Amino acid sequence: MIALVDSNNFYVSCERVFAPRLEGRAVGVLSNNDGCVVARSEELKALGVAMGMPAHQIPASMRRRATLLSSNYALYGDMSRRVNQVLGDFSPDVEAYSIDESFVGLEGHEPDDLEAWGRRLRATVLRDTGLPTCVGLGPTRVLAKTANRVAKRMPGLGGVCRLEAEASETRRVLEALQVHELWGIARRSAERLALQDIHTAWQLRQADPKQIRRTFSVVLERIVWELRGRPAIPLEDLAEPRQRIMVSRSFGRLTGELADLRAAIRQHGARAAEKLRRQGSLACAVLVFVRSDPHRLDERQYRNSQVVALSGPSGDTRELLAAAGRALSAIFLEGVRYQKCGVMLLDLVDAEHHQLSLLRESDGAERRRGGQLMATLDRLNGRMGRDTVRFGLPGERAAWALRCEHLSSRYTTRWDELMRVKAR
Amino acid sequence: MSLPRSSLAHLPAADGPGPDRAGQPLLGCRVRAGFPSPADDHLDVELDLHAHVVRRPASTYFVRAEGDSMLGDGIHDGDLLVVDRSLEPLPGRVVIIAVDGEPTVKRLARRGNGLVLEASNPRFAPIPLAGRECQVWGVVTHVLHALPGATP
Repeated sequence: MIALVDSNNFYVSCERVFAPRLEGRAVGVLSNNDGCVVARSEELKALGVAMGMPAHQIPASMRRRATLLSSNYALYGDMSRRVNQVLGDFSPDVEAYSIDESFVGLEGHEPDDLEAWGRRLRATVLRDTGLPTCVGLGPTRVLAKTANRVAKRMPGLGGVCRLEAEASETRRVLEALQVHELWGIARRSAERLALQDIHTAWQLRQADPKQIRRTFSVVLERIVWELRGRPAIPLEDLAEPRQRIMVSRSFGRLTGELADLRAAIRQHGARAAEKLRRQGSLACAVLVFVRSDPHRLDERQYRNSQVVALSGPSGDTRELLAAAGRALSAIFLEGVRYQKCGVMLLDLVDAEHHQLSLLRESDGAERRRGGQLMATLDRLNGRMGRDTVRFGLPGERAAWALRCEHLSSRYTTRWDELMRVKAR
Repeated sequence: MSLPRSSLAHLPAADGPGPDRAGQPLLGCRVRAGFPSPADDHLDVELDLHAHVVRRPASTYFVRAEGDSMLGDGIHDGDLLVVDRSLEPLPGRVVIIAVDGEPTVKRLARRGNGLVLEASNPRFAPIPLAGRECQVWGVVTHVLHALPGATP
């Protein structure tokens, strides 16, 4: 079994932990330079503020009823690290999938009562970090993700849902789920599936995998197998376009060399940047994670991650690699032999939308030149083969000057910004 | 309003909090040849105050006290408090608690049938919890007070 643990409205929840007065209020978090909404509390969703809405388009009447905050990546990164640390108490197999989502593998040490285990995990994360989560349990990643979705939508379940491959409950859930709502299925594939009279996740599960592969793709065939309860998709291949991009790989053998990690992060970062541009997005922040081999108890155990905010939404490999390099320097620990590292691009926004607002900005011209350079780079690498033209990983750089007018305190990473408690 | 204490399967904490805290004990085994000597069962290494004070890194936070209602517990205005969210807020413990949305440090005490928040400075009256929106945030485990004139 696999568990998918997902923090509810993660950025907003982090803010609320340290500012309890925000509980029950409409709260939104804005992308770098206070551009557009990248996270919303339930109350803000109810006001009708859409994800990605530019801040200046939010009507004044709504603004007055809402608290809009700049994104505080130092805080979110630290809280994410704490959540994964707690998850590490429940299983050595913790794989972060995003800043607010992790898979917890249970192979070889499955508890007798899975739901009780899920509830205990959830209660422990809440107790230690103050963050509410949902836990989806299933034999495959796709079913675990689907279970997580059910747990989130049905409050009566207490935040934990389990979907076994052959349970009647699973059938009911899959019958009610449209294919485009399934993980990893793009809208275009969903439209083509509809032409074959495949509308629901259950219908897809019942389809002939071979035929799905012939008509569509190997990726879609794998989803069919996963819906049937047979694991077929490695973490690295889980695509959730438009929301996040992750590139990670295990090293062939453990390495303690910073040079190896830098080379790997450079490669992952460049690959992630290519994917980002291909789908027409820009990223607001870069997360880098490293870890040792959790199954090698004779090795020193270490797991850490760091988020670095970009000066503005960017698809420029040079900027993304600079951020990744700084993140790696912050978490690299001498004396640990690493098994895996990876790069995630967070809070993706639509590049075209963003171009328009760039025209108003002073550094717009330089950014447009950067865009042309990146397009040339992608063309060259597309024609002449991967990595024909590539960048080194830059070292330390001066901190970005971010415009963050509504930045909350970096409660867990700065001595002078700790939460203040009243003793009056 | 009390936080549940869950029984954890205590696997060793796999996560180090960061390179700046590298001194904290990490999981490891030593392969030894020959007869073990009782003398080196415990190797003396530099004392690590952080590891001593921070027992559970994932659930430990630092906060800053404002005001002098907790002087009796040695908490001065501006002191640094170490707070562990994983500890149970039992009566008698000094806790961080959000009272009507405001983070507050007080001692949790039982009075008759109800709970109150007590100050440890006679100038401050106890705050009854009944009828207030209260959420325990964590338990204060240590106070770090910088003495005037001694810090550079």
